[in-house]
Amino acid sequence: MQDLEQIQLDANALFQSIDTLAELDQAKARFLGKQGALAAAMRTLGAVPAEERPALGARINEAKAAIENALRLRREAIQAAQLESQLRAEALDVTLPGRGLGRGGEHPVTRTMERIEGLFHSLGFDVAEGPEIETDFYNFTALNIPQDHPARAMHDTFYVDANHLLRTHTSPVQIRHMQAHEPPLKVIAPGRVYRCDSDVTHTPMFHQVEGLWVDEHVDFSALKGLLAEFMQRFFEQDDLKVRFRPSFFPFTEPSAEMDIGCVICRGAGCRVCSHTGWLEVLGCGMVHPEVFRHVGVDSERYLGFAFGLGVERLAMLRYGVNDLRLFFENDLRFLAQFN
Amino acid sequence: MKFSENWLRTFVNPPLTSGELAQRLTLGGVEVEALEPAAPAFDGVVVGEVLALAPHPNADRLQVAQVAAGADAPLTIVCGAKNVHVGAKVPCARVGARLPAITIKEAKVRGVSSFGMLCSAQELGMAESADGLWLLGPEAPVGEDLRRYLDLDDTLFTLKVTPNRSDCLGVVGVAREVAALTGAALALPERPPVRAEEEAAMPVVVAAPHACLRYCGRVVRGIDPQAATPAWMVRRLERSGLRAVNLIVDVTNYVMLEWGQPLHAFDWAKLEGTITVRLAREAEKLMLLNGQTVSLEADMLVIADDRRVLALAGIMGGEDSAVDGATTDIFLEGAFFTPGALAGRARRLGLASDSAYRFERGVDFEGPRAALEYATRLLVSLGGAGARCGEITEWVGTLPARDPIRLRPERVRRVLGVSLDDTEMAALLAREGLAFDVRDGAFFVLPPSARFDLALEVDLIEELARLYGYDRLPSGAARGASHMRPMPESVRQTAELRGLLVARDYQEVINYSFVAPEWEADFAHQPDPVRLRNPIASHLAVMRSNLMGGLIETLRCNLNRSQERVRIFEVGRCFLRRRDGEDAGEGTFSQPIRIAGLCYGSAKAEQWGVPAREVDFYDIKGDVEALFWPHRPRFAAAPHPALHPGQSAQVFLGQELVGWVGQIHPEWQQKYALPRPAVIFELSLEALKGRALPAFAEISRMPQVRRDLAVTVDERIAVGVLLECLRDARPEIVTAVDLFDVYRGKGIDSDKKSLAFRVLMQDTHKTLTERQVDEAMASLTDLLCTRFDAKLRT
Repeated sequence: MQDLEQIQLDANALFQSIDTLAELDQAKARFLGKQGALAAAMRTLGAVPAEERPALGARINEAKAAIENALRLRREAIQAAQLESQLRAEALDVTLPGRGLGRGGEHPVTRTMERIEGLFHSLGFDVAEGPEIETDFYNFTALNIPQDHPARAMHDTFYVDANHLLRTHTSPVQIRHMQAHEPPLKVIAPGRVYRCDSDVTHTPMFHQVEGLWVDEHVDFSALKGLLAEFMQRFFEQDDLKVRFRPSFFPFTEPSAEMDIGCVICRGAGCRVCSHTGWLEVLGCGMVHPEVFRHVGVDSERYLGFAFGLGVERLAMLRYGVNDLRLFFENDLRFLAQFN
Repeated sequence: MKFSENWLRTFVNPPLTSGELAQRLTLGGVEVEALEPAAPAFDGVVVGEVLALAPHPNADRLQVAQVAAGADAPLTIVCGAKNVHVGAKVPCARVGARLPAITIKEAKVRGVSSFGMLCSAQELGMAESADGLWLLGPEAPVGEDLRRYLDLDDTLFTLKVTPNRSDCLGVVGVAREVAALTGAALALPERPPVRAEEEAAMPVVVAAPHACLRYCGRVVRGIDPQAATPAWMVRRLERSGLRAVNLIVDVTNYVMLEWGQPLHAFDWAKLEGTITVRLAREAEKLMLLNGQTVSLEADMLVIADDRRVLALAGIMGGEDSAVDGATTDIFLEGAFFTPGALAGRARRLGLASDSAYRFERGVDFEGPRAALEYATRLLVSLGGAGARCGEITEWVGTLPARDPIRLRPERVRRVLGVSLDDTEMAALLAREGLAFDVRDGAFFVLPPSARFDLALEVDLIEELARLYGYDRLPSGAARGASHMRPMPESVRQTAELRGLLVARDYQEVINYSFVAPEWEADFAHQPDPVRLRNPIASHLAVMRSNLMGGLIETLRCNLNRSQERVRIFEVGRCFLRRRDGEDAGEGTFSQPIRIAGLCYGSAKAEQWGVPAREVDFYDIKGDVEALFWPHRPRFAAAPHPALHPGQSAQVFLGQELVGWVGQIHPEWQQKYALPRPAVIFELSLEALKGRALPAFAEISRMPQVRRDLAVTVDERIAVGVLLECLRDARPEIVTAVDLFDVYRGKGIDSDKKSLAFRVLMQDTHKTLTERQVDEAMASLTDLLCTRFDAKLRT
């Protein structure tokens, strides 16, 4: 019979020399299998005097437990090493670029229009649309701009035929909306408009957002308050200065032009504001009684205000774009800047 | 409207700087568009007189002048100008003078000391270029400061007068406005009648009394054709942007600029018989002052004598009766033509005149007579000793009624949201010079004859707001109930569809709605597109009936800028003429909003680990399917003018044709110089917006069975049709049939293709039996075999 201690030493030495689980299983059989060293030791037990048997048995069991423990530790070590090497083998260069389809983007005019819509939306304004080939009636007459009115000359209208034209502003949507709905009304109308004019600061097509609010208490002070708040929110500038100047639009009275403090130079004077510190940003006014008459709204009971703002103008100021024409050249390098 | 500030300040002189005055006007609603100095800054320049000239000892081209310039002794100045001569009066910059470009110092010029500089207009910044010294008139006082002599310390105001404020189209009108806005005193010149010393007169007949409500005319004779327009008048005209012509023309222009009343002078010697104001007759022609001959129309007002048409009333005179450099006798006209009688006429004839501009917007109908007297006085006093005038012939029709306008103070407070009391309102009205009564708690305001913008109560409310100051009016919030906006769940917003394409790597573009007629012909076979009458350019002459042309153009532009892969989309209206009888109630044009996309180049951006592949029909079809999801549109092969006949499909949603998808026709690919093919889709936005409200259905807990079905069919069979047929006819337990492979090649006849389908089966309440599954598969197989002559692959 081998010395039990020697068996343990042999087992430990063998286990430590093994690096794979399969070899470890073979080695396990050598010590713990039916033909293994410990089984052999057990078989000698019968030849030992009866009074020594319990002690020897206990020692064999201890040796077995010790070998099993060594085996377990070795198995765990091998498993850990294998996992380690698998993980090492699977490691990636995580700095390689990701794969797949890229992402496009919205046109800056759309982006600006959605921002405007979103702000008015939050105050409960609906969105309305209207045709772009308009009739003379909706574009002019119903807005208190009769035939041959000098204000028509300011519009540089594209004509399709004697009665049809490309709308010169989004204001006709006011009329259509008031014809279709009873007050109170709160609506904005974004869209394309057209003027027969093309140079550095004019494109023959551009975008406006028209706004209309009709209710019993919508007075001039509400107009001032709402538009001032809008500009402050749009430019995210709580202390943005605004001012209102008397102006003339046939479909509103009193009419006003709204200026904001220059968002580029903050009033210090720059090329964008022609060194005045002010930027003209929109036209507005109280709905003219004649317009209410055209759509059958009682102008004694209801008050209303309307405004129209140029989307490209706001986009240029917001993002610092210095040339209006860029919006319609559709150069992807320009457009991608707004993605 | 442009004028000299010094001129304005002769009538009203508030204690404000030019800038402050401009600001006050702008905030009062008369926008000052520009302020510019009459002359650039310079000083130390006086009127000099050349007393003597001697050749320069060391330079052939220079001369040495002795110049009287107000100093004790004449100055020695070296001068190189060719037009210098003894007796010439010229601007002389003395030592120390600061000119726009240089400061004058005592200097030696080729060995001769020079004590100043004789100046050209260019050197003083008064002209872009100059050909020699600036020669001043012989009356120029030697030694006088040039700025004072020429009144150069002046500012030119340019106003942007809104169409309703025609009263501000004269310096006097602006002065009234300044007085109302600042409270400064107004002092206007008297315009008393001039005594008639001349017998001659022209009879006047007004045959268009609805169009000409007042007509004044008088003969002025004996004007010296040599009489010069005084320098102060020339200066004021020039600072308003008008050139001096001769005394007669200059005086009429001057009075118009000052009082806003256009006048016209006819050469009296060229007139015959009676002056008639009437409408033009068909086929009448008139040669205008500017040399242009116009054909008159029946709604155009003219001035005629017994023989012919003399002038387009209020717009422009005729060449035939115009005053010229030899005219001594004139018939001077001052009238009130109604805005309606002139509106649009000048524009129609392609004319623009200061007179028409004013009459169209409205001229003070009480003004003609006084303006005529004022002009006469100027002509008689400036036109030489023999100048004299006849009596004014005046015809007055029915002048515009000026009814008092009721103004309710409580209405003012309600509209403006301001707590302005009645006394304050009265004070504002008075400041504007508006006459009013107070009755029954309301003001009754009489609008002045020059104010065409005051007719309604709201006009006066605006007037009060303007005078009070828009910036002083309160700024608040509207009162009223707040409501939640409706949020229809079965309508998709355009933004959502845009977002979907953006997420699929498309960049949005915005193209013009007007396109080249050629695109309409090429991409839509549209021979008669909606045409603009006055396009801005021939390549922007027709309205687009589809979005494809713009996308292809945008692609081309970007290819020219070295882009190799382009994925773009646009949302916008298209314009089609409705056919007769079709939806007549909705107007002549249908203007559907469409969404269209184009892909060009590699399917995915060039990247590692992904083999490069050209984008093709099925890529973009996938995008179309994603847009419609969860709806399943049907695709049917059909030709489209823009698309490859073998790679073009109509898109149907139910029975409705809602769009197209395909590859650009190779012919257009070549014509529009695209190196590689592009694929494109165009869909109705309306069709994409619909979406069903989700409705819950029980989810089966029973096991699902999958069986595959592989068949060979003839190559010509459209898989979509086959798949649709399978889905329509599927047994109840079949929950889905999907295609997962198409195979051609080894093992398959060359005119066949192999299709593999995945069939999913499930019952809601019990586990399917083998028999049920077999029967279902058999029925699908039978269908394929009988309908499509399919052979089962084993």
